[in-house]
Amino acid sequence: MGALLVLLAALALLAAGRPADAAPKVVILSTTTSTQDSGLLDVLVPMFERQTGYTVKTVAVGTGQALALAARGEADVTLAHAPELEKKHVAEGKLFNRRLVMDNDFVIVGPPTDPAKIAGERSAVEALRRIAAAGARFVSRGDNSGTHLLELRLWKAAGLAPDGAWYIESGQGMGATLGLAADRRAYTLTDRATYLAYGTRLPLGFMVEGDRPLLNVYSVLEVNPKNGPRVNAAGGKAFADFLVATETQRVIGSYGVAKFGRPLFVPIAGKTDEDLAR
Amino acid sequence: MSPILDGLRQAAALLLSRDPEVWAILWLSLQVSGTATLVALLIGVPLGATLALARFAGRGLAVSLVNTGMGVPPVVVGLFVSILLWRSGPLGELELLYTPAAIVVAQAMIAAPIVTGITLAAVQNVPEMFRLQLLALGASRTQMVWVVLREARLPMLAAVMAGFGGVISEIGASLMVGGNIKGQTRTLTTAMVLETNKGNFDVAIALSILLLVLVFLVNWALTWVQQRRAS
Repeated sequence: MGALLVLLAALALLAAGRPADAAPKVVILSTTTSTQDSGLLDVLVPMFERQTGYTVKTVAVGTGQALALAARGEADVTLAHAPELEKKHVAEGKLFNRRLVMDNDFVIVGPPTDPAKIAGERSAVEALRRIAAAGARFVSRGDNSGTHLLELRLWKAAGLAPDGAWYIESGQGMGATLGLAADRRAYTLTDRATYLAYGTRLPLGFMVEGDRPLLNVYSVLEVNPKNGPRVNAAGGKAFADFLVATETQRVIGSYGVAKFGRPLFVPIAGKTDEDLAR
Repeated sequence: MSPILDGLRQAAALLLSRDPEVWAILWLSLQVSGTATLVALLIGVPLGATLALARFAGRGLAVSLVNTGMGVPPVVVGLFVSILLWRSGPLGELELLYTPAAIVVAQAMIAAPIVTGITLAAVQNVPEMFRLQLLALGASRTQMVWVVLREARLPMLAAVMAGFGGVISEIGASLMVGGNIKGQTRTLTTAMVLETNKGNFDVAIALSILLLVLVFLVNWALTWVQQRRAS
């Protein structure tokens, strides 16, 4: 153990000696896996780096963890999609200046045999009720991600506490969860972007879409510098401002057209939660 | 079968296209795991030799700890290194988290017990009579250790292979402390997980083939050295 500490110290000296670390030119962005898996960040991050000279370190994890990292001051800015949880962190003073960036939607997908007969159902809550009543298999992310939190809200709205052999918790990202759902011929809740990325490889079809609670809203939040040492507040603000800038919003609105024939996200900067609810 | 065939085709295409991103990922993996193995050797060889040759109270416990360390899950190492390197952690001011150096630290901690354990076994395999003879012939203790290490160098190459093979194919710790950041800390294994999550199975398979080829080439070179010296 002593030798390992010596090693850590040696590497630390090595890294500390590098001049690049002197200026706070690094911005740590904590975000959700769906923004990375969709490929959007691979377009936006280099654009931001070119415009500002900052270097971005993107940490893509579940939304629960992304917000927790920001609240601990381990990140400088966060792009999340769990409005209730975001507002809780804002209320606690850990994060601030929550601004809407873009939205897309969640869909419920399932096996073509549709054992719970929910295809074409308009209400997501009603669809979940029927899945539970039929005891049809449903795969949950079970990982505190934005998708999982929404799913839990829907179950709550349905007045149910899902439990039993039909309710499978994958504990993995959206892609792996879709694979599991396909394998078990189960229903699952997914964001449209990831589902489209998997496309025809999966024997799963759209079951429920277009219901208002299925709206998937991404917001950017800045991190209170008091959360921890070394928070790069200026860099975080620069990235947040960048996301809602007109030019960036235009890029977001056209992303995905080339690959999927339709945009994956709708730019919504400047709108409020009330505008979306209307 | 078709995804695997597609993957093979994609792997060939990736290699032929000289896609700079793929080569950068490959090069980073090699650099990070190579450095980590080197650091592990610097720690593991002296430690393993000491444990093999010295007799002291608690030696049995130390050997057991090393043997346990050989099996410690990388995610456990990843978690502890993350917490150490967090901005709010004890080594936070170094700002090492999400850098290749952080992956080197984590991988060295994974490989060090492996190198230590195999060195320990290799040195212990040198007959004790041989060591006593050296001392009787007037060798100093340092000279004796040096000769014994030279004697054990072939099995110790296995330590290099095991250590390197262990860390280059490791994913949990690299993902946690590196963050899989494009162009900065994306290694072969973390890129593979990402591509799988994206549904790009052909790219993931292509990357896994690259990883296998890389590990094979490194082991082939080391085995060549080992067997040439053995004959």
